[in-house]
Amino acid sequence: MRALQAEGVKTIFGYPGGSIMPVYDALFDYTRGEKKCFDHILVRHEQGATHAAEGYARVSGEVGVALVTSGPGVTNTLTGIADAMLDSTPIVVIAGQVPISALGTDAFQEVDLVGVAQPISKWSYQIRHAEDVAWAVSRAFYIARTGRPGPVVLDFAKNAQVEEIDWEPKKVDFIRSYVPYPKLDDEAVRQAAELINNAKKPLALVGQGVELGNAQEELKAFLEKADIPAGRTMLGLSALPSNHPLNVGMLGMHGNYAVNLKEQECDVLIAIGMRFSDRVTGNTKTYARQAKIIHLDIDRSEIDKNVKTDVAVVGDCKVSLPALTALLNQNSHEEWRESFKELDAMERTKVIEPAIHPKEGPLLMGEVVNAVAEQAQDDAVLVTDVGQNQLFATRYFKYHHKRSICTSGGLGTMGYGMPAAIGATFGAPNRQVCCFMGDGGFQMCIEELGTIMEQKAPVKMILMNNHYLGNVRQWQDMFWMRRKSFTKMMNPCYELIAQGYGIAYQAVTDRKDLAAAVEKMLKTDGPFILECAILEEDNVLPMTPPGMSVNDMKLEI
Amino acid sequence: MKENKKLYTLLVYSENVAGILNQITAVFTRRQVNIESLNVSASSIPGVHKYTITAWSDEDQIIKITHQIEKKIDVVKANYFTDEQLFIRETGLYKLSTDKVLENPEISRTIRRFGASIIEVNPTYTIVMMYGMTEQIVELYKSLNAFGCVFQYTRSGRIAVTRGKQEQVSAFLEEREQHHG
Repeated sequence: MRALQAEGVKTIFGYPGGSIMPVYDALFDYTRGEKKCFDHILVRHEQGATHAAEGYARVSGEVGVALVTSGPGVTNTLTGIADAMLDSTPIVVIAGQVPISALGTDAFQEVDLVGVAQPISKWSYQIRHAEDVAWAVSRAFYIARTGRPGPVVLDFAKNAQVEEIDWEPKKVDFIRSYVPYPKLDDEAVRQAAELINNAKKPLALVGQGVELGNAQEELKAFLEKADIPAGRTMLGLSALPSNHPLNVGMLGMHGNYAVNLKEQECDVLIAIGMRFSDRVTGNTKTYARQAKIIHLDIDRSEIDKNVKTDVAVVGDCKVSLPALTALLNQNSHEEWRESFKELDAMERTKVIEPAIHPKEGPLLMGEVVNAVAEQAQDDAVLVTDVGQNQLFATRYFKYHHKRSICTSGGLGTMGYGMPAAIGATFGAPNRQVCCFMGDGGFQMCIEELGTIMEQKAPVKMILMNNHYLGNVRQWQDMFWMRRKSFTKMMNPCYELIAQGYGIAYQAVTDRKDLAAAVEKMLKTDGPFILECAILEEDNVLPMTPPGMSVNDMKLEI
Repeated sequence: MKENKKLYTLLVYSENVAGILNQITAVFTRRQVNIESLNVSASSIPGVHKYTITAWSDEDQIIKITHQIEKKIDVVKANYFTDEQLFIRETGLYKLSTDKVLENPEISRTIRRFGASIIEVNPTYTIVMMYGMTEQIVELYKSLNAFGCVFQYTRSGRIAVTRGKQEQVSAFLEEREQHHG
């Protein structure tokens, strides 16, 4: 407890069990009365604890903490750990373990946690004796939060939980084999500046690294000085406000049309804190071949991993961006920026307007997201599940405030939304948290409605129900001869479920009721489920078919 | 498959903590690259272990593997090399039938020709040892095997030192400690 306190932990998402009972017993005193220094949020499933910790971390910038028991308790967290690994989210998972005397005996609820967590965590470690606790906990938080953040797993043997020692605080802020913030190479910065200064058609790709490095202002200064249009990755959406004049939209398979096509036309491509995921690049063999590529990243192993770069600037973007900006000429690329507008207009006419302002037929996801975005507070946090709901929500939500998006980008974890939204309400208690889910993902962590009920967590849940696993259904229609193999889904009565949990609920089936229902949801204190009856076979567009080039992006199918 | 692939040697230095080998081999496994040989031992730096790993790969891939390995928290340094950049040795052990060795003087001549040495002889078997590069050690095995005298044969993993002056790792660690100091 004291080790956690020393790391500034305030909120713990957890679920007790046999092997973690000594910790829970100690926690009892630290969550009430004079000694109170933590809030413990009892989740309903350990997967929920990790996603909640992720949501908490994403909006607050602090390390999220999950506390679980051994065996099934911790195997349930693996999805969240893998998710946090791919999306560079700082969380620490503390799990019980059988006493070291029982290790390797297939004891009750024993699992080789360090072994299974190793490839999906930034660091995993078994605490075998009480004297290791202070060091291991401090090291865990140091590793989770520094450099490129990520999940850390502590496997806490039960004997170490009960051994009594004299408490000696230890602070780890240096590991000789670990260089979290590589030193900037001045020559690389100079080369990058030269390329940018000579560019006629520069394009920046902004990723979550900017948020993780807390370099949103440095980014703006960089873009504005050289007048560079910028696309954002899904995880980087709130690194640059939606209404910033240099923002040209979202990258990727279902991102904006102009910026995807312009990746194939720019002469210098500047990637900042992003990893050229396959969802962004499409076919890498044809991706931005005409451009000189500059890659700024804190993680050297990202350089040349997916896309070959001409200049790599390895370092913290909080440092590298200003260093680069200092060497840039004040510039204007008006003609180049204007050239996006024609494509933007095409997308607006063919895709956006029909999606957000349809005239007839059942409700569409785009218009639901748009209705919420229009009424939500400026600093509202968007949480999404995975699938069409995620793609529509990320496309049509508006971002005005940094750290405003929680979504499972890399792992694509259905069921992420609801628990992550719970975490976000604790990480940003004064901000609205709007969580968009489909009927598939809603049911994947539906048990967390219990946590929402108990905590009165003010999650605004927008359930976009189309009775389909919509994204897979869309792919089946497009690429699998319309054979809808097991994507149609029978749903429960969500109103009764909401009633059972005592959560306010409203259904919308008619377009004319949408705005009022959204208003009611946002004005209601506490949690709310807004169920929208969505057109069953709505498609997310535009779309770059998998494996194709970004310039093969389709506005219609 | 092997046309544009080369045999690379990785020299990896890590802290002496449990589980690092697992983490290193997992980087290869994930990319479906086979480890050809592996040697792990304490290095000249106290508390630091040295891994000498060989694998067939192309340069792009070996760079990625090296970076992914170095990214592990407790790995101090990882570098890849081609044979020209290293001084390399392997050891071969050959257990031969003493009867056959005595019967056929060609066997002893072959052993001498390869510069191998006989390190133990008893009435049943003779142990021959050879240091060298992979090809020579394998070549000796093939030659001896042609005489039908080999009971057992084994070859060690590669050990290697760089052709530079000192282990750069010590300099790196010194700089890290100073910086922190």
